[in-house]
Amino acid sequence: MPPEIAKPRPKYLALHQIRLPLAGYASILHRVSGAGLFLMLPLLIWLLQLSLEPTADGAAMFSAVMGNLLVKLILLGLLWAFLHHFCMGIRILLIDVQIGVEKQQAHSSAMAVMVVSLALTLILGLKLLGAY
Amino acid sequence: MKRLVVGAHYGLMDWLAQRVTAIFMAAYTLIVFAATLLGGVASSREAWHAFMANGFIRYLTFLFIVSLCYHAWVGVRDIWMDYVQPAAIRVTLHMLTLFALVGYAGWAVQIIWRL
Repeated sequence: MPPEIAKPRPKYLALHQIRLPLAGYASILHRVSGAGLFLMLPLLIWLLQLSLEPTADGAAMFSAVMGNLLVKLILLGLLWAFLHHFCMGIRILLIDVQIGVEKQQAHSSAMAVMVVSLALTLILGLKLLGAY
Repeated sequence: MKRLVVGAHYGLMDWLAQRVTAIFMAAYTLIVFAATLLGGVASSREAWHAFMANGFIRYLTFLFIVSLCYHAWVGVRDIWMDYVQPAAIRVTLHMLTLFALVGYAGWAVQIIWRL
């Protein structure tokens, strides 16, 4: 047997040594962002409920919850999660219809997803934090 | 006969459902975003309430809630299928996910339906 075939087995994957292309990281973040949105759904539905409560108590409660720093940070994270999931979802739909399948295009679109979702998070996040 | 409690024989249907619900939710997001930006529907609690109580918007919001829960079901189930191998644990997680999502759907629909 030639020596180059006799590789040591079993072979374990060293996750920290794997170098994924950018699209691979964008894909993992699509899953992470989706999981985060799912886990925080009760918070989002509760906020929807408070935002539509017609009573003065409901309005005060909504303001109090939205004013909480921890809630703001969670919402900032969820804002990024939603925007990344949204942009990456459009990229997946385009690839489904054979748009941007080539290696270079796939790299560019993954970069676009990262940049656009982070930029929109910055713009809308500043609004969320009350900067303007 | 070999019986499986887990598997992926429903793959194409769910793949398509994932896309259809995604397209609907993306369109809904853009509609609400445009209404906020151009129509000022989030400028006050009264404006937000009136917008969400509108019959057509409520209809779209109802579809959004259903789409979201179906979409989340397929996505979260895929995560369990990828990382959880023991069938008993996986089916339990599937059931907990389903219970959670069906409950969320009822809760969210109830919020918009009494407006």
